[in-house]
Amino acid sequence: MDDYIIKIENVKFKYSKEDTDYAVDGCSLNIKKGEFTAIIGHNGSGKSTLAKLINSILLPTEGKIYVKGMDTADDSKLWDIRQAAGMVFQNPDNQLVATIVEEDIAFGPENQGVESSEIRRRVDDALNAVGMYEYRKRPPHLLSGGQKQRIAIAGVLALNSDCIILDEPTAMLDPSGRKEVMDTLKKLDAQGKTILLITHYMDEAVLADRVVIMDKGNIKLDGTPKDVFKNIEAIKKFGLDVPQVTELAQELAKEGLNIPPDIINVKDLVDLLCQ
Amino acid sequence: MSIKAENIKYIYSEGTPFMTVALDEINLEIKEGDFLGVIGHTGSGKSTLIQLLNGLEKPSDGKIIVNDIVVGEDKKKLSKIRQTVGLVFQYPEYQLFEETVAKDVAFGPMNLNLSEEETEKRVKEALELVGFNYKSIKDESPFDLSGGQKRRVAIAGVLAMKPDYLILDEPTAGLDPAGRNEIFEQIKKLHKKANVTVVLVSHSMEDIAKLVNRVIVLYKGKIHMQGTPKEIYSQSEELKKIGLGVPQVAEIVNELRKRGFNIRPDILTVEEAKEEILKEVRRNYV
Repeated sequence: MDDYIIKIENVKFKYSKEDTDYAVDGCSLNIKKGEFTAIIGHNGSGKSTLAKLINSILLPTEGKIYVKGMDTADDSKLWDIRQAAGMVFQNPDNQLVATIVEEDIAFGPENQGVESSEIRRRVDDALNAVGMYEYRKRPPHLLSGGQKQRIAIAGVLALNSDCIILDEPTAMLDPSGRKEVMDTLKKLDAQGKTILLITHYMDEAVLADRVVIMDKGNIKLDGTPKDVFKNIEAIKKFGLDVPQVTELAQELAKEGLNIPPDIINVKDLVDLLCQ
Repeated sequence: MSIKAENIKYIYSEGTPFMTVALDEINLEIKEGDFLGVIGHTGSGKSTLIQLLNGLEKPSDGKIIVNDIVVGEDKKKLSKIRQTVGLVFQYPEYQLFEETVAKDVAFGPMNLNLSEEETEKRVKEALELVGFNYKSIKDESPFDLSGGQKRRVAIAGVLAMKPDYLILDEPTAGLDPAGRNEIFEQIKKLHKKANVTVVLVSHSMEDIAKLVNRVIVLYKGKIHMQGTPKEIYSQSEELKKIGLGVPQVAEIVNELRKRGFNIRPDILTVEEAKEEILKEVRRNYV
């Protein structure tokens, strides 16, 4: 066993035999244990398809995907794979099943036949991890969008998943809801969880250890946020936004100011200008 | 011709332990030709406000007046009001249901008892207004379209009712930057070319800044701030305090000003920020 928790090897996928284009077209990507990776790309770039492939909701047309060494095409390992890599989806209303928050979080472990005292412990731990313990007796439909997404994340945590895959978890949230979710992810990252975040928001991607940009079913850029976002022209060509601070830094550098091209947060630029 | 809100109050679940005052002391006039942005975080009352504006909800107190008709006074006039004030809900693509795009857009006009020719004319116009080629799109299934396209079809369905006012609730939520631009370009055109009065509800300040000429900020059910986008964005501290995101550029400008940079506070674009910063830097080093 090496320390890659997810290995994607030359994966191709198309939704139907008649399709001429592959939704994922020869993709290779290895994710290390504990890494926080953000995948960005416009709609139709293949990023959500890739997430579903990792979770064994879809199977590769060609190539292989391994989660903790398990082949996602191996039917007998299906539940182990989904337990190892839990998913959180975009719409918080579509993934909560119970009428009380703590029952919703217990749903996963109950189905795995976990013993009840152990379920209690896991549910409490998961609620604390996402900062929702005091809401445990509430009905989920009365929570805000950000709170619902945190409950969905807690549901994955209660399965003792090593890896959390989130498919645009903040797309339907307002700025404060987005912040709640991102703060939760940063906390989990610090605790050593492997996080794979699919997003449209560049300000979320800059918080990751690693940024992967997808276009036309393939990986176009891969590196630290600084390395990736300094390629402003390329990123715009893929139909994506770049952080305004990076764009401003590069514009100022063009005018002769001594500013490096890989500025990705406001504080760094302000510090440089105020020296 | 205008929509007026006079001293609006709206209370949810009155008389129960869940009673919430969603809106209070709202006074507002939306004039013909306006392009108004409404911002506020979830729970600030945005969605309640727009449902009042087209008569879906009745205010607990105060009056809404749409082109001289008081909403709710005469129930027979409600359908007229809903036709005058077109409301595009969040995620309108979930409301598409017909087999073809043309049939879906025709659903509203058909219910107005219009002739077949008139209906077809309106469907064609509405689809062209949102940037489609009528012939090539009309027989498509709405479910085979991309997210941005579906949303444009849903907007066309409202436009086919020929509203004087178009209210859009978070029209770009969940779309990627390309889909977002596609929708905004069309809304801009609608306002300019078709002379539709537009109310745009959003929590994305960046988007609102580019489009509207007037902004109201709702906070805890009240109008907390109002003015031009520049006036509003120059107060980025205040916006952050009430849970709203500000464009990154506004944040940079604000931080620089705090550290003694002598630059204008009301900067919205990277280009403007660059000019201002260069001016200041050169002033200090020459």
